[in-house]
Amino acid sequence: MHRARHLTGWLQAAPLALILLTFLVLPIITIVIVSFWRATEFSIIPAFVFDNYVFFFTSSVTYKVFFATFKYAAITWALTLTIGFTVAYFLAFHIRSLQLQIGLFLLCTIPFWTSNIIRMISWIPFLGRNGIANSTLISWGVIDQPLEWLLFSDFSVILAFVHLYTLFMVVPIFNTMMRIDRSLMEAARDAGASDWQTLWNVIVPLCKPGIMIGTIFVVTLVMGDFITVRFMSGSQKANVGRLISNDIALLQYPSASATAVVLLCTVLIVIAILLRFVDIRKEL
Amino acid sequence: MAGSDLELVGLTKRYGTTIAVDAINHHVQAGTYVCLLGPSGCGKSSTLRMIAGHESVSDGAILLGNRDISRMPPARRGTAMMFQNYALFPHLSVVDNVAFSLKVAGKPKDARRREAAEMLELVDMGAYGDRMPAQLSGGQQQRVALARALITRPQALLLDEPLSALDPFLRIRMRAELKKLQRELGITFVHVTHGQDEALALADEIIVMNNARIEQAGPAREVFNRPRTEFVARFMGGHNVMSLPEGYVAIRSDGLRITDPGAPDARLDARVTAIEYQGTHVALSATIPGDQSVTALVPEAEFFDAPKAPGQSIGLCWDPGQVHPLQPAPATPN
Repeated sequence: MHRARHLTGWLQAAPLALILLTFLVLPIITIVIVSFWRATEFSIIPAFVFDNYVFFFTSSVTYKVFFATFKYAAITWALTLTIGFTVAYFLAFHIRSLQLQIGLFLLCTIPFWTSNIIRMISWIPFLGRNGIANSTLISWGVIDQPLEWLLFSDFSVILAFVHLYTLFMVVPIFNTMMRIDRSLMEAARDAGASDWQTLWNVIVPLCKPGIMIGTIFVVTLVMGDFITVRFMSGSQKANVGRLISNDIALLQYPSASATAVVLLCTVLIVIAILLRFVDIRKEL
Repeated sequence: MAGSDLELVGLTKRYGTTIAVDAINHHVQAGTYVCLLGPSGCGKSSTLRMIAGHESVSDGAILLGNRDISRMPPARRGTAMMFQNYALFPHLSVVDNVAFSLKVAGKPKDARRREAAEMLELVDMGAYGDRMPAQLSGGQQQRVALARALITRPQALLLDEPLSALDPFLRIRMRAELKKLQRELGITFVHVTHGQDEALALADEIIVMNNARIEQAGPAREVFNRPRTEFVARFMGGHNVMSLPEGYVAIRSDGLRITDPGAPDARLDARVTAIEYQGTHVALSATIPGDQSVTALVPEAEFFDAPKAPGQSIGLCWDPGQVHPLQPAPATPN
């Protein structure tokens, strides 16, 4: 009886376990193995050498690119958090009717009906030298010359990131906000707290798990990205993802694998640090 | 903490076209324990929330110690509210919950924690300052909520169904403590409840509300013994509402006595429909002419001296002093 129940449990977990094993664990193991192989300009030799890692950690490009990746992640995080928290706050506390709440929430998801890449590319005619933004500003007399930094710059990269990923902040924060007992806010008001004090002392602390989940989404997405940086910077900026994609384009699989392993470890360390701050288990 | 008189003047709450509270007037003496009693939807919670400032006043005024507080923000009114589910901040320790109002007022950390600890001593929770609310039982959470409300030194404490989340045993213990605390502090307590037993046990003064109006207000004994309307008689319980030749009256269940049918002192003939043993009393249900059903509470020894069975004919009698004429329904405003 007891053993039968044991078996059922294992069988129920098996399909998902198999899928994860085949499509997640095995590829990662492969990448780790390949990262120790040797490569020349025209061949790849199975081996167990640290050449790729030695090269990776001694190259000054590595540090510059990692810095750029962290910079993108930090700025995008700060902006998506600010915008996402504000939107979630508005939806959760200022919209009284549930229908309107659901309606506005769906409105937020409309951009997701098209692919990431299309949403990115559609910024290009808007931000270009003769694009809508520049021509409008010139016709208003705000500027004489087209702004060069609007497109193919850090600005456009971060703009695209914020556009793509803000919803990943809105959803979990909105979710935690909806679970806050409204009488807590009345209790805060009863105790004499102003709206700001209620926000800082009650709402923000209670939203921490949602903020943390959103942060993990945004940070992992931005740190693993390469296509946004490539398109929106016109290939003029680099992050770790682009380093990997360039290596792959040159068939330097061992080098790409080593970079990928380091990136994976970095992201895992970042998440581990984040999880030290907030216990998100009760939200899951 | 000195109490102040609380006065409601033509207090009205409208939600669109529905009227939740209809121009009620009442004066509460300082230091009184008042219970707002009524069925759900009668307007008692809206009244309390208007006094607290968590609901805007549509019309009329609220005076506390001769100040019109009806348009002030909650914290400046001199009231403090204890919420139904206690509304303790789940992310703050007990002592920080109690100290919250001092924190937002800008008091330094040590001073406010010291003051909060003193307040926790008052409600016997001194040993629990470092706990989180989730680690406390319902009764302990309530004490913390009480301490948090009292730390603002209110002139009136407003309690929104404070005992409804507790189990029956704890409810009886906590209500004794509420009463004791109120007597020690000497401030006005306004306590919303839908339980008449709770109101009778606690209140110096009971305000019975129904359909957005005050149905009857007065000392607990008076409201129970001399219900003015059928609604009050039925809601307070323990009464039989009967239509007799002399009019519409209420007679307390324990005021009805049982005799033989046709006996000289019998005022009505009745037929027993059910017998329920209740320990100290036996509840005897019977039908009287006009197909009205009444209940007589007979002391159990008296009943078992001459037991009755369902279907049996009996006579009912009562002292004239037990009869309270009722105003015809619907009730008129007070």
